[in-house]
Amino acid sequence: MKNNSMVWLIVMIVGAALLGLRWTLASHGFGKAYVKVSQETRYRIPSTKDYPTDEPIDRWVNKAGADKQNFDVTTLPPASVQTRVTTEDTTYAEYVKAEGQGGANSNTAPGADRYEFSLSRTVGIWFAAFMTLFVMTFLVGDNPMYKVAESIFIGVSAGYWMVVGFWTTLVPNLFAKIWPSIIRDWAMPGLSSYGTHEWLYLIPLILGIMLLWRLAPKGGWISRWPMAFIIGVFCGLRLITFLAADFVSQIRSGIIPLWVKVPQLAADGTVLHDAAGNVVTGFSFWDSLRNVFLVVGVLTCLVYFFFSIEHKGVVGKTARVGIWFLMITFGAAFGYTVMGRIALLAIRFEFLFDDWLWLIDPKMHHTIVAPTSMILPFFGLG
Amino acid sequence: MLEFFKTLDRRWIFLLMGLAVAIPILTEAKFPETPGDLSQAVFNEIEKLNEGDKVLLAFDFDPGSEGELGPMATAFVRHCCEKKLKMYFMALWPVGEQMIQQSIDNIVKADFSKLVYGEDYVNLGFKAGNEGVIKVIITDLAVLYTTDSYGKAINSIPMMDGIDNIRKMDLVINVSAGYPGTKEWVQYAVTRYPQDIRLVGGCTGVQAPLLYPYIPEQLPGLLAAIKGAAEYEKLVLDKYGHRDADGKLDEKGKYLEGQRRMGPQLVAHVLMVLLIVAGNIIYFTEKRREGQR
Amino acid sequence: MKRNVPLLVAIIAGFVMIVAYFIPYSESWGEIVLVWFDIIASIAFILGGGNLLKIQLKKISERGPGWGYAVITAASFLIMLTIGLLKVGVPPHESYMHMPWSGSYNAPGSPFLWLYEYAFKPLQATIFAMLAFYVASAAFRAFRAKNVEAFLLLGTAFIILLGRTAAGPYLTNWFPDSVAGLRAQPLSEYLMQVFNTAGSRAIMIGIALGTASVSLKILLGIDRSYLGSGDE
Repeated sequence: MKNNSMVWLIVMIVGAALLGLRWTLASHGFGKAYVKVSQETRYRIPSTKDYPTDEPIDRWVNKAGADKQNFDVTTLPPASVQTRVTTEDTTYAEYVKAEGQGGANSNTAPGADRYEFSLSRTVGIWFAAFMTLFVMTFLVGDNPMYKVAESIFIGVSAGYWMVVGFWTTLVPNLFAKIWPSIIRDWAMPGLSSYGTHEWLYLIPLILGIMLLWRLAPKGGWISRWPMAFIIGVFCGLRLITFLAADFVSQIRSGIIPLWVKVPQLAADGTVLHDAAGNVVTGFSFWDSLRNVFLVVGVLTCLVYFFFSIEHKGVVGKTARVGIWFLMITFGAAFGYTVMGRIALLAIRFEFLFDDWLWLIDPKMHHTIVAPTSMILPFFGLG
Repeated sequence: MLEFFKTLDRRWIFLLMGLAVAIPILTEAKFPETPGDLSQAVFNEIEKLNEGDKVLLAFDFDPGSEGELGPMATAFVRHCCEKKLKMYFMALWPVGEQMIQQSIDNIVKADFSKLVYGEDYVNLGFKAGNEGVIKVIITDLAVLYTTDSYGKAINSIPMMDGIDNIRKMDLVINVSAGYPGTKEWVQYAVTRYPQDIRLVGGCTGVQAPLLYPYIPEQLPGLLAAIKGAAEYEKLVLDKYGHRDADGKLDEKGKYLEGQRRMGPQLVAHVLMVLLIVAGNIIYFTEKRREGQR
Repeated sequence: MKRNVPLLVAIIAGFVMIVAYFIPYSESWGEIVLVWFDIIASIAFILGGGNLLKIQLKKISERGPGWGYAVITAASFLIMLTIGLLKVGVPPHESYMHMPWSGSYNAPGSPFLWLYEYAFKPLQATIFAMLAFYVASAAFRAFRAKNVEAFLLLGTAFIILLGRTAAGPYLTNWFPDSVAGLRAQPLSEYLMQVFNTAGSRAIMIGIALGTASVSLKILLGIDRSYLGSGDE
């Protein structure tokens, strides 16, 4: 226990010391986020067509869009002219390039793009960095920091899925089918036209509500209907698909010649032909061996999976060879799994070292390009 | 000594692994890359398409696998942009939508700004239903996708003209982190319509070994894990150089992400081998001692 | 009613899918069923969220150990849900600026995207990345070449681990050309494309048969375990 406290103490001190060191060494700070703020004036063009047609809703366009439609924007009332402000992520390097160090060259002309420091995104980067570190503290031992991070993750991810499911599938594929005009006027103006009510979609809606009945304390059986529907569809889909793609197709792919003949090549690399003009072929040992391994491998593994016969004698020996093939397969799977996990760890370290601490800069996000690049153009060299 | 290693606190191993990954990142170590057959096959499949051909980019992954699949997605999108292919993005994973947006912002908008949304690329976004979605859109796209990801009506998007199902695509590119992913695309799209749908994929290390039996009949090419990503990235860079379509020199290392990540990969793999060897030496030494007793 | 109707629903839904595969005329039926299926799949996200909230609220009301974490989970969930469903901070769509709900739920600069970018993304990515550490520890402690089988597994893992990075070529490129196939990179590719393919193909065939037989048992009403037991 004492040993454990010591480890924690060391981890905390080393972590704080490294962060402090970074702080003192960073000439232009680190862990900062910048945004590009753009403005655009947009004009509300009244719909010229009547309900229900393809364009029943007024649309907002920019000056170029209005000109394209030969629409005189000066006739619009003030409420139909609005400025739209958009912000997008940019980098410290871009910020310095555009605004100069500390915003010295800032262009204050109205309507000009602005590059500025973003407090919310900076807080975000620091929050993300600490969440990353909180999860990593689990390596030292279970602790409240890890548990907090884990709790946030569970809550946020469940919320994320629900929101995405609602806005990407439920609204456009269910509600917009049943009540097209209401949905269009509320949140989906882009729907092409006011379709008719497709009442058949009430069936999945009702099944969905029945599914949610699982959350109710009583009447759990009600959710069996939609569950049965889901399971039925899955079984129907998979029965055929697995047989077609993974059974029949695999057997077909496994039927290959064990005596492989390949075109013979002349010394200059061209394919040899006989007097009748046919391609001269010859036995290829390595291709044949490859096919033998493939066929023998599949067959012996299948013998091993066949548990209805006792694995004795010839069957036992064949099954043993099958196990060897499977072991090689598992070894490959292990190697690839390790490879995958390390890549996932690498991207987290890259985030910490690059986006947060600005220790490395492979994407040229916060390294200020050497002043020579600004001086060179003066000498006609840029 | 033996006793020390036998009872070694596993946190030392964690520290070793942390350093094995962190140091090459900090030193930005890079190693040469030799593309293999399967990466070359993926590259060739895209390379043989003509300008204006239609490609469906299905991004079925999330931040949990971005370390492996992000570089593949980047290289795929860049390759499609360079070839001036029409890109149709979609996702079967809820978070796939964010992955698509990231690629559009960082690659298409940043370096291929001449490409026009709705004419050169479109983001169809995410739909729930896993393989159920694939099964529907191979026969009828509009029944599920009434709008794009930003709420624009599908029939008002020029490049959606005549696309009533995804069999109209010249190639499907799938970046997959699990279920649903490349396996489901092979099962529900390729196997059903082998004449109409051609698929290449990029997948995580966990999935890769299980997808090999589909090669090459059902899946002509596959990028397996970060190594596949690095190989393919190199092929794209060798062919199209470090310049973007506008001719600007690309100083940003975003197109080198896969190859960069092979640095920590190498050191960590060597560490893994050494750890297994060390573990076995300890085990066999101990066994021999027990035998002597 | 409580057991027979669901059984019938499963059987009908399943057979519609099967028939739709073989009879082109009925393909549209299968499509309708699948669109419903996709919609119900998105409602399942609500069920998942609702279930999570229910469990967390129970933990909080019982004040059991660690109930404070349940508060954090429930609060994160509700915050994410509220700002996402209500499109808090989302500007209207640029073409429909008079319609406040017309913007995308994940518009740039929205709080929903902030939580995705700075909470969901780092947390999910790091949790998955942690396995790199545990796999290293497991490799040191558990991987023993005790017999031929274990030796084959480890040997393959070594070749893959080295052959799939630049370490393999460094170590083996001095092999003479006559045995060039034994160099780490080609050898690892050969192992994957031949031995791994054979093993994986057998596993795939086994799983396909298993899946088909389970599906058939359910669709024929032999396996009814998904209906649960009892009436509730």
